[in-house]
Amino acid sequence: MNVYKAIILVGGPSRGTRFRPLSLNLNVPKPLFPVAGHPIIWHHLEALSKIKGLKEVLLIGFFEDSIFHRFIDDAAREFPKINIRYLREYQSLGTAGGLYHFRDEIQRGDPQQIFVLNADVACSFPLKEMMKFHNTHRGLCTILGTKVAREVANKYGCLVAKPESNEVLHYVEKPESFISDLISCGIYLFDCAIFNEMKKAMQNKKNQVDQDQFMDHDDQLRLEQDLLRPLAESMKLFVYVTNDFWRQIKTAGSAVPANALYLEQYLETNPERLLKKESDGPTIVGCVYKHPTAFVDPSAKIGPNVSIGPRAVIGKGVRIKDSIILDNAEIKANSCIINSIIGWDSKIGTWARVEGTSITNDQIVITQNGVKVPSITILAKEVIVRDEIIIRNCIVLPHKELKTSCHNEILM
Amino acid sequence: MKALILVGGFGTRLRPLTLTLPKPLVEFCNKPMILHQIEGLVKVGVTDIVLAVNYRPEIMVSLLKKYEDKFNVKITFSVETEPLGTAGPLALAREILGKDTLPFFVLNSDIICEFPFEQLRDFHNSHGNEGTIVVTKVEEPSKYGVIVNHSDSTCIKKFVEKPVEFVSNKINAGIYIFNPAILDRIELKPTSIEKEVFPKMAEGSQLHAFELEGYWMDVGQPKDFLTGTCLYLSNLAKKQPNLLANPACDYVHGGNVLVDPTSKIGKDCRIGPNVTIGPNVIIGDGVRLQRCVILEGARVKDFAWVKNSIVGWHSILGRWTRLEGVSVLGDDVTVNDEIYCFAALK
Repeated sequence: MNVYKAIILVGGPSRGTRFRPLSLNLNVPKPLFPVAGHPIIWHHLEALSKIKGLKEVLLIGFFEDSIFHRFIDDAAREFPKINIRYLREYQSLGTAGGLYHFRDEIQRGDPQQIFVLNADVACSFPLKEMMKFHNTHRGLCTILGTKVAREVANKYGCLVAKPESNEVLHYVEKPESFISDLISCGIYLFDCAIFNEMKKAMQNKKNQVDQDQFMDHDDQLRLEQDLLRPLAESMKLFVYVTNDFWRQIKTAGSAVPANALYLEQYLETNPERLLKKESDGPTIVGCVYKHPTAFVDPSAKIGPNVSIGPRAVIGKGVRIKDSIILDNAEIKANSCIINSIIGWDSKIGTWARVEGTSITNDQIVITQNGVKVPSITILAKEVIVRDEIIIRNCIVLPHKELKTSCHNEILM
Repeated sequence: MKALILVGGFGTRLRPLTLTLPKPLVEFCNKPMILHQIEGLVKVGVTDIVLAVNYRPEIMVSLLKKYEDKFNVKITFSVETEPLGTAGPLALAREILGKDTLPFFVLNSDIICEFPFEQLRDFHNSHGNEGTIVVTKVEEPSKYGVIVNHSDSTCIKKFVEKPVEFVSNKINAGIYIFNPAILDRIELKPTSIEKEVFPKMAEGSQLHAFELEGYWMDVGQPKDFLTGTCLYLSNLAKKQPNLLANPACDYVHGGNVLVDPTSKIGKDCRIGPNVTIGPNVIIGDGVRLQRCVILEGARVKDFAWVKNSIVGWHSILGRWTRLEGVSVLGDDVTVNDEIYCFAALK
């Protein structure tokens, strides 16, 4: 039987700035932020757990070791067939530097193929389809690709592929001009021979450094520019195009649409995970996840696309839609929460309104008078919103008590 | 006695409400604005009321006919073919206003106060001159034209438009009483009573100031309409608290809540301070209302939140809507569930 491994690139704390203010809760790094009731990378693990012969998943990044202890313990129980470990880079090594640094660890057990998944995506993870496609071509790597709107394509790694063979002819990371509307999803399947290519890429870099007195050598290696681009040039890169859902989770606000995508997937694959309508229960619209320990008053109306975390309390006559309510949050009577993330231990008073604006694509940033207008409203940890206050299109940092209404502000 | 009410034009400042009803018929504290004035005038013995309008909506004619019968008073429309300003309408109504030698009242239709017509008449008769202007004190006189009296006298010396330095804090309250002799000063053409007639009367020492006690407000635009509502309700709380909802009632919060008995209010609501709820209004459960006006037949559904706003006749506010920032909904407007309106005019 073939043996597979998977790597999830979890990054590190310094790269989490775009995920502020939620990344300011240091106990919960971005890869563990709950979406549809589970940490972002739990969804990766779930998809990987369905691959026969996949024995080990390695999380590679440069967070403190302790950050992932609890998650790995829980995941080990939930996915008993896979061994999950965290490998910490001694410093940020770039998107491929960690892979290269831990190459012996990764190749131990002699896996045929290795999945590499970026942590910051929400996706249907068509991994089996990728494997099937991979076995039909002679490349070293299959990259998952998807089509996006032309206007936003240049925010991603853009691919140009031969239509009949899906062989990648050209790869450019975040081009200035339009190259293609086919982009990389940040999900790859590599043959183990990829490590030879990495070695070559590392050597190339070193040679360049030796020729250039202004450059210092480091162990940095970028997956996209240093590895994929030469792979495309040597015709060893192929793309599997998915029409299924995919979305980047870069900013904190993009957790809300990602939440919606996973909840809708549950409806197809695991409807038992969604909150059911009951005659004496709250009104449910569309897909809603509620942690078993959360309480929702029967007079509330929840959904669509709402996740309610552990021990959260939702009061009488509360309305929540398109939002994520995190652990221990309390929403008091008659309040309304739309397009928002309510942080851990936050308290929302009666008749309050916390509202953001939905956006169809988080890569289009709305600016007003040169200031970025946040679209999804985000309350970080332990924020208090007093009775009858409205907080609209705001980002609120931890431990703030809001006594007056605020619109379009970042509240420090 | 006789009175002339200066109604004027279409009341554009109070749109969208005045798209449906002429301004004098818009309910202020559950009573058409003009009825506050008619009742006050009837009480002091006025039997002839002239409404100076420069348009004539049929709806006003039929409603005022009803008041004629109810109050046993003659109401005449004086229709201007071109806007005649604030003095011209007096000339146009000369036949009625000058039919006897008794003084007559003139008032702007947008004014809300306690209408002390009786004291005004007595004061006017006591000084014996041609006219009396009701004056009210304001905090920031520099925004208005102010009235300066001769020292130690009620007799008006002069008018100063938007004074830079403090000379007086008394402004024209838009309520007057005149002897018919004033009619000789006014020609039938567009004329401003404030700018063209009063200064000359003051020069001849024919004009006196009567100081108004209590509240006063020009409620010609939504922001002031709401402020006027607060003033009226606060006064009602002092003078006739029995007309207001009992502050001990479970939904009343902060008092000053006027509720028509035909309206229905759901459970777990918090209403007040300064709210008027018109006839046949339906308020759902868990609704929060403060400093707002809900007009006849409107429906405010569960968990809605309204502040500083006017909800027009038969409008529907959906569940979890939030209306604030001097939003005004006209007749039959529907706001869908969960919508947020700030300073919306609909």
